[in-house]
Order: sequence, then structure tokens, then C-alpha cells
Amino acid sequence: MTSDFLLFLVLAVVAVASALSMLLSRNAVYSALFLVINFATIAVFFLLLGSPFLAMVQVTVYAGAIMVLFLFIIMILGTEQLRQDETLPWQRPIAIFLGVVLLVETGFIIYSLGFQQGILPDFRSFASGYASPADIGILLFNEYLLPFEITSVLLLVAIIGAIVLTKDQKS
Amino acid sequence: MFLSEAAASGPTFFYLVPLVVFIPLIGLLTNIIFGKWMGEKAIGWIASLATGLTFLVAVLLGVSLLNHPEQVIVPLVDWISIGELQVQWAFQVDTLSVTMMLVVAGVGTLIHIYSIRYMHEDVRFNGDPGRFKRFFVFMNLFIVTMMVLVSANSYLMLFVGWEGVGLCSYLLIGFWFEKGKDGTGNAQAAKKAFVTNRIGDFGLMIAIFIMFWAFGSLNFDQVFAQSSQAAETVILAITLLMLVGVAGKSAQIPLYVWLPDAMAGPTPVSALIHAATMVTAGVYLITRSYPLYNSAQQVQYIVAMVGGITALLAATIAVGQFDIKKILAYSTISQLGFMVAAVGIGAYAAGMFHLVTHAFFKALLFLGAGSVILGVEHGHHHLEHEGKGENGGEHFDPQDIRNMGGLRTRMKTTFWVYLIGTLALVGIFPFAGFWSKDEILLEEQILDPPVYWILIITVFLTAFYMGRQVLMVFFGKPRSEATAHAKDNPPSITVPLIVLAFFSAVAGILNLPRLHSFTEWLEHTVKSIHPVEFNFLAAVVASIIAISGLFFAWLVYSWRYKKLQELPPAQRPDDPLRQWLGPIFTGMENKWWVDELYWAVILNPYIKLSRFLAEVIDWRFWHDWFHNSVIVRGYNSLARFLSGPFDLGFIDGIANGLASVTVRFAGSLRKVQTGYVRNYALMVLLGVVVIIGYLILR
Amino acid sequence: MPVSYYFALSAILFTIGALGVLIRRNAIVIFMSIELMLNAANLSFVAFSQLHDTLRGQVLVFFVITVAAAEVAVGLALIVTIFKTKQSINVDVLNELKQ
Repeated sequence: MTSDFLLFLVLAVVAVASALSMLLSRNAVYSALFLVINFATIAVFFLLLGSPFLAMVQVTVYAGAIMVLFLFIIMILGTEQLRQDETLPWQRPIAIFLGVVLLVETGFIIYSLGFQQGILPDFRSFASGYASPADIGILLFNEYLLPFEITSVLLLVAIIGAIVLTKDQKS
Repeated sequence: MFLSEAAASGPTFFYLVPLVVFIPLIGLLTNIIFGKWMGEKAIGWIASLATGLTFLVAVLLGVSLLNHPEQVIVPLVDWISIGELQVQWAFQVDTLSVTMMLVVAGVGTLIHIYSIRYMHEDVRFNGDPGRFKRFFVFMNLFIVTMMVLVSANSYLMLFVGWEGVGLCSYLLIGFWFEKGKDGTGNAQAAKKAFVTNRIGDFGLMIAIFIMFWAFGSLNFDQVFAQSSQAAETVILAITLLMLVGVAGKSAQIPLYVWLPDAMAGPTPVSALIHAATMVTAGVYLITRSYPLYNSAQQVQYIVAMVGGITALLAATIAVGQFDIKKILAYSTISQLGFMVAAVGIGAYAAGMFHLVTHAFFKALLFLGAGSVILGVEHGHHHLEHEGKGENGGEHFDPQDIRNMGGLRTRMKTTFWVYLIGTLALVGIFPFAGFWSKDEILLEEQILDPPVYWILIITVFLTAFYMGRQVLMVFFGKPRSEATAHAKDNPPSITVPLIVLAFFSAVAGILNLPRLHSFTEWLEHTVKSIHPVEFNFLAAVVASIIAISGLFFAWLVYSWRYKKLQELPPAQRPDDPLRQWLGPIFTGMENKWWVDELYWAVILNPYIKLSRFLAEVIDWRFWHDWFHNSVIVRGYNSLARFLSGPFDLGFIDGIANGLASVTVRFAGSLRKVQTGYVRNYALMVLLGVVVIIGYLILR
Repeated sequence: MPVSYYFALSAILFTIGALGVLIRRNAIVIFMSIELMLNAANLSFVAFSQLHDTLRGQVLVFFVITVAAAEVAVGLALIVTIFKTKQSINVDVLNELKQ
């Protein structure tokens, strides 16, 4: 058992546990905080996979900006907990059943594709500067220039949309 | 080579060939669309100009062929393209088709010009000037379809033209459809021509079907290329069935009966369609199909025999006729018999040569007859104006030669051109008919003696009936007041006659002995022909027989006729031959009762069968018994059953049952439609799971 | 280390996210579950990117994160609007599809 595998195992347990906790927490604030943990582990996974730039983006954008936004909304609306009455009693068992079936299916696919195929290199073997922000920036501003510019438009539209939607109707 | 030495190499105009169809088409469209606002002169000249330009194109094509005598195919459009059947509308330019084009357009132009004046009179005589335009539209349409026929490069395209000229013939025979015997005579004649032709066309169609079945193509070149390997029975069937078509179009036994009735059409129509061009289409078809006929000797013999017997039979009937146009009609049938007999023995050059010369002199004779009729009608009208009605206002027939006589001095130009036409038809040296008829007789003498003897008798009869006609029309004293007041026609009528007379006189130089220019011209297309050397003896024999026929006619109709005139009118026979030949003459006069025979053998039984089918089978059995007892009663009981137990019980049961099942099913299914978004998302996941499962298990 | 481990982890996280969408009624939690699913997919992308030694997968993840940010902005605005009209963020009150 190599050290990177050990690291992966620990982090995977943390990720799955935090995800499950998010799913099961009654309080939405707890759910959001568990999700932050989950995102942090994923950021570490990105580092293990040799993409420091994405790890930083994950921490700043997801764990930082988006989750803070979530927490703000939860607290503004003040509806941390919902009533207990279930409107669809059979929804939950069917959902769990289907989730298990989906897991089995994906597991089968991953297994049948060859469990041992495609060995990843050890994260310590990456050369310094591999997948640096500079490399990704060059790719973005050359090959993916058009999609990149379109995302800027998308963000602009999202800003305008958010303002229009939340604007007070009276004025 | 005689003709091509003049221009060994020069420009070619083959690409112009589609114009032979499209120029007259433009002419007729112009007349249809703008004819309303144009005068008679303008309509007539546009039609004539269109035909004249067509002739010019044909001349250019002829000049091109002098430089380049091999056939040229000019494709225009793809017409039919279904599986194996590939038919193009393409124009075949070779010496044979261009010969036909020259004849059709050349004679056609003269007849168009003649018609301007003739129809001017005719529409007034028949009391409907509005039909003037229609006449020229039909005439141009005829030129269009005839050109399609002769320029086709496949049997299917030829058939299009073949049907087209049949249609034009029908339209023009029935041009005065409300006139004639009992007010339906002309319409009946047109119908007869159409139906009789249909029998022939049926034969030709079957021949074309067999051709496609056996050779997989309808193109002349491809059919002929394969004909040498084809089974004998196939060739036999094709050629025999084609002969049926030829007999219909070219008025051969047994389908010739329509042509005399076709004289109901205006005289220019008789000249152009029913003498010079359309009826020769059969001769053209056999000549075009020469590789097929050359490989079917038995059929060639039958063709020759049919032609010979037709020639003889029609000549005997012509002797007994009194209508000036009927005589010419039977003469046409007889001369067509000559041509068919010639092409039947493989003498294609002789047959085509006679076709060309015959087109000249028979058009001339018909137009001359038209001129005579116009003159006599003028005399008749002149009398009516002066208040002297003939025979107490009885019906006067301007076409009956018994009413004529002595027109020699009254219609001088017409007389001279008619005489030239007669001498050409009879075959007197040096007129055109002499050379062409002599060539046919010569070939027959060598290749088919029995037909030769039949044709020799026909030559005598031809001379006799033409002599009789000329003597009764132009010589002696006028036998009616109208004839006595007849006057010759203006130049617009006589000039075309003079031109045709010129060609009737000199067309023989086309194929003089030793030169054989026409034979060599055709040899580029019809490979199997070979020049036959002039035989002095044969020519002398034919000439002596023709002259003796004329002399005999003079004996009977000039010498004897004068004596008969001295008898009082009551005892006087209208024809000296009736006195001598008795029942035989009656037979000739009544066309040997062939029409009556057809009525008795074919038409009446057919009508009886139709009536039986209509009255007994259709009406009594089908309508009365079957309809009433089986259909009505059966339907009633079926309807009762359907409305009672079936509809009320079964159908309504299904409907009601379906409704209640739907209600129940919907009630339980409604629960699925919750309206909750989470629920729909669940269905999405279900779909994902199922699709992935399918992809795994596949 | 086999790359399949990352895929298995990704599949588990994705399924948990999907179950969150299906089971929870709180619109904000559902939204967070969607974010979790997106992250599971991102993890697979980066793993593939590493496996094939290319940066394109990472660029794609970058785009996904950008789109997710925009989506969260609009989505949370929607939730606020819904809360204003319905006085609840329980998705089960949003059953107008049935009427």
C-alpha cells in the first residue's frame, strides 16, 4: 500500500462521509458546511491529480464564493428546517433503490473496463510547473478563446438575471 | 458521287434539326394566341412562313448531308428513364429522314400558300369564316407531328409522331364536322379514319412492345444491331405486326377503307395529309426498319403481295367513281400499293423515289381538283345570284364529274397543270412518274413476277381512269349550267399548282438511269439497296400499256360518249362502261361492297354482340336480376344484421368497454402525474438507470 | 494507483448527489446536491485529463466551474423569488405542473 493510495483512501472516506452528512442533515446550514468540507477534499484530489490551478479555483470559487452565497441565502430566508410531513411517501424508497442500481451499474462498467488499467503516476513525480496557471492560460487564450469569451457573456447575463429576479417588484 | 461532288466538304447544320419541330410549333402557337386580332391573310402567311422556314431548315440539313452523308443524332432531352427503358427525344438526321422532311415541308409550304385562298372561299361557302384560323393551326400541328415522326431516332418517338399525325388527320377530316350526309357524314368519316387507324396502331404498338421485350431498347440503331441475332419468330412477329400498322396508316388491304371517306376534309388536307405525306408514313416505316424486313423473307413476300393487290383493287374501284376527289383517293391507295410492293421486295430506293414523285403529282392533282371544284362552285354561285337556280333548287354536287365537262377552255391554267399531273401519274415519258414507276416495275419483274403482272394491269387501269377523269372534266361540252359559268382561279391558287407541275414534270432527274443519284443518296442510310440498271424493253412495255390505257379511255369517253349524248336524257347511261360491263361496273362503283362486307362480317356482328351484352348481360342479368335480387336484397339483410346485433351489440360494446377501461386505467395512472418536480427528477433517474442497464446488457 | 479508484469515488459522490436531489425537499439543499454532482463529474474529468496527459480536461473543468457559478447566481435568485411568493422553499409547494 503506497502512501498516495493511503492518502486517497483517507480523503475518499472524508469526502463520502461529508457528502452523506450533507444529504442527511436536517439543518440546511449543516448541509452547507459539510459540502464545504467535501469541496475541500476534492480540491486536494485535484492537487493529487496534478492540477494545482484547479485546486485553487475550487477552493476560492466553490468553497469560498459559492458556498458563502448559499449560507447567506439560507440565513436571509431563515428557513433552516422544514416541516416533517412527507407528501410523497414512496419517493424515498424508490430513489434509494434506483441509486443503488445506478451504483451497481457504474461499478459494473468501471469493473468491466478493467479495474487495473490506467495507472496514474505518483503525485510526487510531477515536474514543477506542470499544469501551471500559465499553461492553462495559454490554452484558454489560444484554442479556447471563443468559449472563454462566451463564458464572460454568460456571467454577465447571470449577473443581470440575478438582479432582475430579486429586484423588488414595487419600484 | 454525283451529288456530293458539288461540295466535297463544307459547313454542316445538324444542330439546327430541332427547329423542324419548333418552327411550326411557334407558328401554330402564334396563331392560337394572336390569331384573334389578325386577319385571314396574316394567319395564313404566318402558317405558311413557319412551314417555309421548316423547309429551309430541311434544305440546310440536306446540304449538310452532302458534306457529311453519315447519320447524325442530335439529342434534345431525356424523355423516359425507367429501369431498362431509356428513351431520349433525339433527332436522327440521315438521308432518309431528310428526304421525308424535304417532301413534307416543301409540299406542305405550297399547300399552305394555296390554302390561304382556298380556305378563304371554303369557309364562306360553308358559312363559318371563324374556322379559318383553326384550319391553319391544325395544318401547322400536322407539320409538327409529321416532323416528329420522320426525325425520330427511336420507335417510341416515331410512335408519338405516328399518333400525332393520326390525330391531325382526324381533326382535319372532321373539319366541317356538322356537315356531310345527315349532318354527321363528316364526323362519321373522321371517326372511321380514327378507329381504322387505331387497329393499325394497335399492331404497331404490339410490335414495339415485342421489340422492347426482345431487344431491351427502342432505338433504331440498337434494335437493328441486335436483329441479326434475334430469333426468327420474334422478327416475324415484329414485322407482321408492323405491317398491320402500315396497312392502317398507308391505307393498304384490309384497312384502306378510311382513306376515301377522308376526302370529307377540305381539299388541301386531302392533298397534304391523305395523299402526299401522312399516308406515306407506312412506306417510310418499312424503309426505316429495313434490317428487320430484310431478315424476314416470308414477310417481305406478304408485304409485296398486300401492296400489289391493294394497287389493283383500288385501281378497279377508281374506274367506277364519279366524285373527282374519290377517284384521286383510290388512285392514292393504288399508288401507295405500288410503294408498299416496292419496299416489300427490298427495293427501298424505288419505293422512296416513287413516294417523292407521287407527293408532287398527287398533291398537284388534288389541288387541281380543288381548283376545279372552286371554279364550279363559283359558277353555281354566279347562277344563284342571277336567280337561275339549278335543277329547281335541288342539291348540286360540285365534285361530281358527271356535272362537269368542257372546262379545258374555261380554266386554262388548271387544265394544263392537271394534264401534267395526270401524265406524271400515268407514267408517260419524261414526266416524274415514268421514272419512279418504271424503277418499281423493273425491280418487281426481277424479284417478284406475280406482283409484277398485277402491277402491269394496275398501270393500264391507272391510265384508263385518269384518262376518263380528264376527258370527263375538261373535254366535251359542259353538262351543267354551273360548269358552263366556271372561271379560272386567281394566281394565289394557280401559282402553287404551277410550281408543283414543274416538279411533277422534272422530278425524274433525281434518279435518272446510270446516275442513280437518289439511290446513292439513300444508300448512306439504307445500306442494302443497290442501283438497278435501266431496261429499255421494260420501259417500253410499261409505256405502251399506259398509252393504250389512255387511248382506250379516249375511245370510251370521247368517241363513244359523244354518241351517247345524242340519246334523250332518260335512256342515256351516265357512263358508257355501265352499258358494257353491267354488274362489274356496278361493283366498281360500289367499291366492291367492301364497306358493306365489313359491316356484315365485322361491324354488325360486333354491334349485335354489343347490344346483346348491353341488353341481356348488362341490363337484364346484371341490373335486373343480379342487381335487384342479389345486391339489393343481400345488402338489405346485411345492413339489418350490421345495424342490429353487430352495431348495437358488438360495436357499441367495444366502444363502451373501451371507455370504461380508459376511465379505470386513467384513474390509476393519474397518480403518477403528481406535479412534484422531485417526482419528475425521479423519472429522469429511472430513465438513466434503464438506459445504462440496456447499454450494459446489450 | 489505478485511475478506477477515482471513477468509483466519482460515481459514489454522484449517486449521493442524485439521491439528495430526489429525497430532500429543501430547494437549497437540492441545489447543493446538484453542485455535488457537478463536482463528482469534475473529479472524473481531471482524472481522465491526468490519465491521457493533457490539459484539455482541466480547461473543461474550469468552464464547468464558471458555468456553475453563473448557475448558482441565477438559481439562488430564483429561490429568493419563489420564497417571496410562496413563503417557503419546500419544492413540494411547487406542484403547479399538476394543475
